Amino acid sequence: MISRRHFLQASLAASALLGPAASGQWGRLAAQQRLSQSDLLDFDTFGNVTLIHLTDLHAQTQPIWFREASVKLGGGDARGQPPHLVGEDFLAHYGLERTSAMAHALTHVEFEALGQAYGRMGGLDRIATLVGAIRADRPDALLLDGGDTWHGSLPALRTDGQDMVNLMNALGVDAMTSHWEFTLGADRVDQIVSGLPFAFLGQNIFDTDWNEPVYEPYRLFERGGALVAVIGQAFPYTPIANPAWMFPDLSFGIREARMQAMVEEVRAQGADLVVVLSHNGFDVDRQMAARVQGIDVILTGHTHDALPEPLLVGQTLLIASGSNGKFVTRLDLDVRDGQMLGFRHRLIPVFADAIDPDPEMAALVAAERAPFAEELAEVLGHTDSLLYRRGNFNGTWDDLICTALMEERDAEIALSPGVRWGPSLMPGDPITREDVFNVTAMTYGQAYRRQMTGAEIHGAMEDIAENLFHPDPYFQQGGDMVRVGGLGYRIAVDRPMGERITGLTHLASGEALDMDRAYTVAGWASVTEGTEGPQIWDVVSDHIRKQGRVSVPGNETIEVVTG
Amino acid sequence: MTISRRRILAVASAGLAVTLMPLPAQAATDAGDLIARFTDGATPGEGPLTISAPQIAENGNAVGVEVACPGARSIRILAPANPNPEVCTVHFGPRAGSRTLSTRIRMAETMDVIALAEMEDGGFVQASARVRVTIGGCGG
Repeated sequence: MISRRHFLQASLAASALLGPAASGQWGRLAAQQRLSQSDLLDFDTFGNVTLIHLTDLHAQTQPIWFREASVKLGGGDARGQPPHLVGEDFLAHYGLERTSAMAHALTHVEFEALGQAYGRMGGLDRIATLVGAIRADRPDALLLDGGDTWHGSLPALRTDGQDMVNLMNALGVDAMTSHWEFTLGADRVDQIVSGLPFAFLGQNIFDTDWNEPVYEPYRLFERGGALVAVIGQAFPYTPIANPAWMFPDLSFGIREARMQAMVEEVRAQGADLVVVLSHNGFDVDRQMAARVQGIDVILTGHTHDALPEPLLVGQTLLIASGSNGKFVTRLDLDVRDGQMLGFRHRLIPVFADAIDPDPEMAALVAAERAPFAEELAEVLGHTDSLLYRRGNFNGTWDDLICTALMEERDAEIALSPGVRWGPSLMPGDPITREDVFNVTAMTYGQAYRRQMTGAEIHGAMEDIAENLFHPDPYFQQGGDMVRVGGLGYRIAVDRPMGERITGLTHLASGEALDMDRAYTVAGWASVTEGTEGPQIWDVVSDHIRKQGRVSVPGNETIEVVTG
Repeated sequence: MTISRRRILAVASAGLAVTLMPLPAQAATDAGDLIARFTDGATPGEGPLTISAPQIAENGNAVGVEVACPGARSIRILAPANPNPEVCTVHFGPRAGSRTLSTRIRMAETMDVIALAEMEDGGFVQASARVRVTIGGCGG
């Protein structure tokens, strides 16, 4: 008798063998300018259930550049494991050819050169084409959205997320979960949810008064003769990482015991397959998969990781589908008699130049953008260097934002949040108003200016580093490390809290940061209610208009030490 | 009237606290003293005591903590880094159905919240949960 586990491993091995070969082929095809839609869609339909996973779109409806991280350290046991491998290590682990299309999509290696060969990625009209093609193979495929969908662009900000709601309704989502959605305010979320034609799931969202569940925890779908349960898990630390005053009556948390109870509840109702649509972040999901019994598939989100193969934890498949519309995951499953007997997986890269836009979706996207067309297109200046954000520490976009804060707000030091969203720009690209919103748009974008002592700055940095590098994933709370301007430092990521950050240097004077002296600090995205100041996108736009051309070298004032 | 040892300890500790008032954070009452005050000096063991609290507090002003201990006669919750570390003591009568208590604690800083239970056989058990209080922000 062959156990279920054996089946899974056999399938996984097959996927590991096929994946790189296929990727290499795309690379060669692309070099011959023949990377085609049919190559991207090549997939032998398998089993009886298909899941399509999209997550962390951050309201990006247009094709974009998005450089993946070159530094993405994990805490504790996750160090050196996917999804914390980057660059050459990532390519070696997955056997990807260095100049292949997948290498370009998944790593920062030779990003600028390969970008010229492969072009931009994403675009909701291209995604609609892929989804339509998968549905042609499997009409009842489930489309699951991992959240961070209604936030992150100028149109989404101006319409309180309505543009994305309209577009995702047109795409035909079956269920979603959430995180940044709540920065629209709880009332706005409830208003949208009351009109959604699909499930808004979150088993871990409770009200603070009575500690009762607020949203549906799961939904059951009959697909291919199997009963599929989709349990939603919103970002557990939403009220800590984002302004809780915008949704004061809601409490989140991991709520692992309730997750286990929900798995048992859906199994008791006859679920043959249990899928968790999660916004936990990959490392939290990995730990949850090991501790909660009976989950077949976790569709991960939040940490923007993209993995070309599922990662197996016990008998649970973890799927990582990237962010910003760069990828769509197709997962075909053979589900029978309450068991997942095998799978076939493909992380489909959304190469915008190789995929025909779906005309209906293209028209809908254009209509949503039309009211803002003039502002979106305004060219503020040009960049002579690559602008990117993603990574544990300051990217070049962050350095540009920090410089804008210090110069426009007359500050000695700047702080900018370590969010993971925000596309890149290639050297030579114009910087439009849309581009600036893509890296700054939020409902609490006021750029504050305040006095902080050296000790307060140090304390804040230690606190944020603890949230990022805590060895236990359940204590990892937020995004990447806070970005700093005007400050150099050394960080020993594996030291305990209070001992990680040393060598803090006030760069303008070249002197050590004085713990007792007050410095003028400019920053944005404060979670404190009533924060005052101009909006960050206006601060950054003003700065770029004045500069005309910008060039930002890589940050060399942060030294990272491991071990 | 007899004065129990616990009473004396409590009085002594109170005296100590008063003496040290001007010093920050009342660190003088360490967790060991606080535990001894409840157990009359006995070292608590492990038992059916469970404590659930969030890993990271959403709101340090109201951290939900639930403690359950079948067979407990009384349960005490300690927040050792708080100015008033003895949060509450709950006594269960012999006919109490569920030996569970749930409350919300204001927490000054990151700490191990400690639950102690005195069992019906007179023994003591202990469990703790780390709760982190953070400035937040920077969210994802």
